[in-house]
Amino acid sequence: MTDTTVPNALPTELVPGRGGGGPASTRTVVAYGFWIFLLSDIIMFSGLFAAYAVLSGATADGPTGRELFDLRSAFIETACLLVSSYTCGLGALSAEQQRRDRYYLFSALTFLLGAAFLFIEIREFAGMVHEGSGPSRSAFLSAFFTLVGMHGAHVTSGLVWLIYMVAQVAVKGLRPHVLRRLLCFSLFWHALDIVWVGVFTLVYLMGIR
Amino acid sequence: MDGEGSVLEDRTPGVEHAESRADFLSYTAGLILAVGLTIASFVVAETNLLWGPGIPVGLVVLAFAQIGVHLVFFLHMGTGPDHTNNVLALAFGLLIVFLVIAGSCWIMANLNTNMATSPSHIMGVQR
Repeated sequence: MTDTTVPNALPTELVPGRGGGGPASTRTVVAYGFWIFLLSDIIMFSGLFAAYAVLSGATADGPTGRELFDLRSAFIETACLLVSSYTCGLGALSAEQQRRDRYYLFSALTFLLGAAFLFIEIREFAGMVHEGSGPSRSAFLSAFFTLVGMHGAHVTSGLVWLIYMVAQVAVKGLRPHVLRRLLCFSLFWHALDIVWVGVFTLVYLMGIR
Repeated sequence: MDGEGSVLEDRTPGVEHAESRADFLSYTAGLILAVGLTIASFVVAETNLLWGPGIPVGLVVLAFAQIGVHLVFFLHMGTGPDHTNNVLALAFGLLIVFLVIAGSCWIMANLNTNMATSPSHIMGVQR
């Protein structure tokens, strides 16, 4: 029960996972569990978003978002993450079709775009700390570094996970349990992009006003 | 889509039960829509296209639209009965997110209003 690409229409009492015909397929159960994890991760982010929204005015006479944020680099970061989400999806698709070379190609693109995103973000952070606008300057900057840094930490762990998945595909091949892990990875990567939509809207676009 | 009395097995989040070509088109359509919404957000923020006080509202609407595009085209969320579990979990997650963010903002705004009779006076005391 690993191939769920074909719709299997059954009478209600025989549908797996609906009280009949046994449990749902492992793939469905794994992805659903990971979906629950992602939602709880997003709830954790909502706490950081709330802290940022509350503290965004508490600049302690320090620099404000309007002085600090560069929309150009925020736009490039957004573009990198969005296109990497797309290539990640195409990579997952290639893996489902057992096309390993295309999976490698799209994974490499995903990794490069994710790394470019991280590079721009770290450069931005380093510049701000260098100018004396580090996380200890004001409550606003503490909240900013916590929220954006937490997203960056997720992207970093996503990149590590991506390398690990490519290694697994190289060693074990595109077997069902590797495909399940790939599915979890692509869910994770798409969820990071969803969180970033909130970050660039709340922090950067509203912050420059 | 199916005969009466038959239900599809629960959908797996992130997987489209369709031909790979449809999947590819879904990702591409999602990318085009998301790029359009992103550019719209940046244009709205940087220009005076929208009425000044309405800009934050416009940005929030664009952000929600883009999150919807991501959910439908990248995570393949749908409205069919086979999606019930995924969508219910999402709805519960969104409820908690809304409570945490809106609740925090509401409470803190209320505290600020009731605390600071004269903001400059309070700031002076703190220093």
